[in-house]
Amino acid sequence: MNLPNGWEMVVGLEVHTELLTRSKLFCGCANHFGAEPNTNVCPVCLGLPGSLPVLNEDAVELAMRIGMALHCTIAPSTFHRKNYFYPDQSKDYQITQYDLPINSAGYLDLPDGSRVSIERAHMEEDTGKSTHLGGSGRLAGADRSLVDYNRCGVPLVEIVSGPDIRSSAQARDYASELRGILIATGASDGRLEEGSMRFDANVSVRKANDPLGTRCEIKNLNSLRSLQRAIEFEALRQVELLEDGGTVRQETRHWDEGLGETSTLRVKEDADDYRYFRDPDLVELSPDQAWQDRVRAALPPMPAERRAKLTARLVNPVPAQLDAVEVVIDLGLEPYVNAAIDAGADPALAIARAANELAGGLDDIAKLTSAAFTTTVLLEQAGELSSTQAKTVLSELLANGGDPKAIAAAKGFEQLSSDSLGATVASLIEANPDEWSRYRDGDEKLAQFFIGQVMKLTKGQANGKAVIAELQTRR
Amino acid sequence: MRSALAIAADVREGVLSAATTTATALGAIHARNEELNVFLHVDDEAALALAASIDDRIARGEVLGPLAGVPIAIKDNLCQTGVPTTCSSKILDGWRPPYNATVIDRLLAAGAVPVGKTNLDEFAMGSSTENSAFGPTRNPLDPTRVPGGSSGGSAAAVAADMTPLSIGSDTGGSIRQPAALCGIVGMKPTYGLVSRYGLIAFASSLDQIGPFAKTVADAALLLEVLAGHDPMDSTSLREPSPSLLSHVDDGVAGKRIGIVKELYEGADESVIEAVMGAVAVLREAGATIVELSIPELRLGLSAYYLIAPAEASSNLARFDGVRFGLRVDAPDVTAMMEATRTAGFGAEVKRRIMLGTYALSAGYFDAYYGQALKVRTLTIDAFARAYREVDVLIGATTPGVAFEFGTKTKDPMAMYLNDVFTIPTNLAGDPAVSVPFGTGEAGLPIGVQLLGPGRSEAQLFAAARVLEIADGRS
Repeated sequence: MNLPNGWEMVVGLEVHTELLTRSKLFCGCANHFGAEPNTNVCPVCLGLPGSLPVLNEDAVELAMRIGMALHCTIAPSTFHRKNYFYPDQSKDYQITQYDLPINSAGYLDLPDGSRVSIERAHMEEDTGKSTHLGGSGRLAGADRSLVDYNRCGVPLVEIVSGPDIRSSAQARDYASELRGILIATGASDGRLEEGSMRFDANVSVRKANDPLGTRCEIKNLNSLRSLQRAIEFEALRQVELLEDGGTVRQETRHWDEGLGETSTLRVKEDADDYRYFRDPDLVELSPDQAWQDRVRAALPPMPAERRAKLTARLVNPVPAQLDAVEVVIDLGLEPYVNAAIDAGADPALAIARAANELAGGLDDIAKLTSAAFTTTVLLEQAGELSSTQAKTVLSELLANGGDPKAIAAAKGFEQLSSDSLGATVASLIEANPDEWSRYRDGDEKLAQFFIGQVMKLTKGQANGKAVIAELQTRR
Repeated sequence: MRSALAIAADVREGVLSAATTTATALGAIHARNEELNVFLHVDDEAALALAASIDDRIARGEVLGPLAGVPIAIKDNLCQTGVPTTCSSKILDGWRPPYNATVIDRLLAAGAVPVGKTNLDEFAMGSSTENSAFGPTRNPLDPTRVPGGSSGGSAAAVAADMTPLSIGSDTGGSIRQPAALCGIVGMKPTYGLVSRYGLIAFASSLDQIGPFAKTVADAALLLEVLAGHDPMDSTSLREPSPSLLSHVDDGVAGKRIGIVKELYEGADESVIEAVMGAVAVLREAGATIVELSIPELRLGLSAYYLIAPAEASSNLARFDGVRFGLRVDAPDVTAMMEATRTAGFGAEVKRRIMLGTYALSAGYFDAYYGQALKVRTLTIDAFARAYREVDVLIGATTPGVAFEFGTKTKDPMAMYLNDVFTIPTNLAGDPAVSVPFGTGEAGLPIGVQLLGPGRSEAQLFAAARVLEIADGRS
């Protein structure tokens, strides 16, 4: 989407990601989504009087991995208290990094070649979750409010980009690439629907090369689609406002997914004073060089590098194949794909099967061995399985595991050996003499007629290429 | 009353039962608690059951810890599983912690018998125990006077011979000042020497738990038990705990001791005389005396009354009626929090929360809290310079002896000034001990304060012991 009349949008994103640690940021409670309310709690995360926070080293390590993957400087850092009263914040302050974050001054390169600067990626604790019963479903006017503190104290890293993003599509690409990096580092599972990542977007508009305009912050976007739509709506709203002679008021806005529009949440004038000060219960965090070196050495390759490697295996890739590569990288399916290609499979076929057939079965992916995937792709490539059959075998492998050849046999796919296909083709030639003679005279379109007929007879179990091969031998 | 050292030795040898020592303590408590209001909570049954289990273990031949069978009083801002913990505030009404403070675990492991929770100024904010929601504690030496504060109950428990030992917490003098006013020994250890886990925070960067005892040796014995690294407290020192008891008789020969003008000027004449007397004793015992002025210490009080309230305003936010303690119902949650805090906190606590909130507010932070942090750094540097010259500093603990009820309650500044000599040590994170030496008005005891650099507790106890002997207390 382009803004009208030479307007340009300027966007910066703040991304909160929950860290995949076993325990919370400052206590030993399990960091686990979906448990019974208030079961993963202790005196520390409940903020009981007298309790004290102790920093989780695993969280520090994941934060460092994120920083390293984003080319940040890792520096000695401190924790502050952000003071505000709210029932789901058990201590009525949040422990967060403020003027000295662990990671600062990095960047993220996007697949389109653009670079977005990273101002900081700092650690903080999550809040609990409130449920308001009665009234509007919000805190004000509710009959009762219930609080689940399971999430209170879960480690978060907040990644703040520079105001470098110039379109909603670029914002989406940034968020998507960042998600890939967070998954690759092991810092996050990237599950947006479970709230593992949440986006805040700072949006302003200006005429090209003018100074930055007044920005609005859209809070709590939880999908790539809402992120893109909300930014588009907000930028257009600001353009319309300015073109009508109005001014943009600096404020925090809420995105309504159903209405597809943003609305004022609070204006800057009544912004809270959080009275930040250094948390006296925690000491300075300064990971020594040896620790940093260990973390850096163990850092796996990031999506950009993996994408480049896999793409290099394709000859003259077309856009659909590049999309499939993206899916393979995103889902971390390269081990399957690379094993198949190394065993002689066509890279495009291996990538396509992984991207399209394995994506739906990720929860059970452990049942599918790399060898079974390779065998299936090679069987299809050799014409021993049709594409439909190959897909069926893969889905069976994902569901129950097993041996591809045995599955094909059990499903009766062996009748599609070249003998039985030859017999089918022969009978069709006999039954359709006109079409056969036109094909023999060089009308290649009729190959599709015979393939269609074979598919009909075999209920789609035949391999098109094999049918053509059979026709050719009889021509 | 016999010393904790003697009691523990006898209990460990099986010549005295923990049941007897505990019953004796409970008897002494019940004899005077109504009059003095020392304890807010005493559970005879639990204490006697614990004592019986200690006697059983000894009967089975187990070797018990250094405080075997010693009754001890606990300041009521320390969490003990299942025991009401109030901070002398209505806001914790009905709350029983589900966990033990680390110091409670250490006391139990050492064989001590916690007999009850002692009165304090609400949330440890005060110098007379008059700020308790449950009424003031009376000084056992003169019940018309305050015992000092905020650990007034713990000091009075030992002074009244209810228990041989007690523990308190010291944020700006809350152990040393009541120790001085009750005529006993009290030490604020190096910041981080004793775990704060389970101590309900007043000002986290200043709070430190420490011992009260009748004798220097008993205080050293108790601090040895309390001290040590705790993984539950990020600010806990990692070094091994110091050996204290074995050094109490080391004396001061060859030590350099600085008498600091700013740590006695303005005190009552009798207090200054006591400090000078103590200096003479130390010189006589072989120390070299150096006269010092550390002008930065004059700034301590002002810095403290910004830093401590600032931290308190944040530490006390959690008392909101949502999860524990008092809840005053109201139409919505914000109103509930306001109503709860309005009803639950006393005037001094509210005053400090407001002061601290103001000091941290945008636009005022640099002028108040930020400036106070700079003064704190000056104080730390000034002490460090002094400790390059001398081993120990000496001054008064308080400007005067125990005062009468109500004499300072109407003027917060007059009350705050009672801590003018004790506060600088907290800002620096260094240890200091108050030891009784001489008497003043109405024959009431005077406390002399000995200060040293971080982890110099052994040296401070040794110097205090010299004064204790000279004062005829052992």
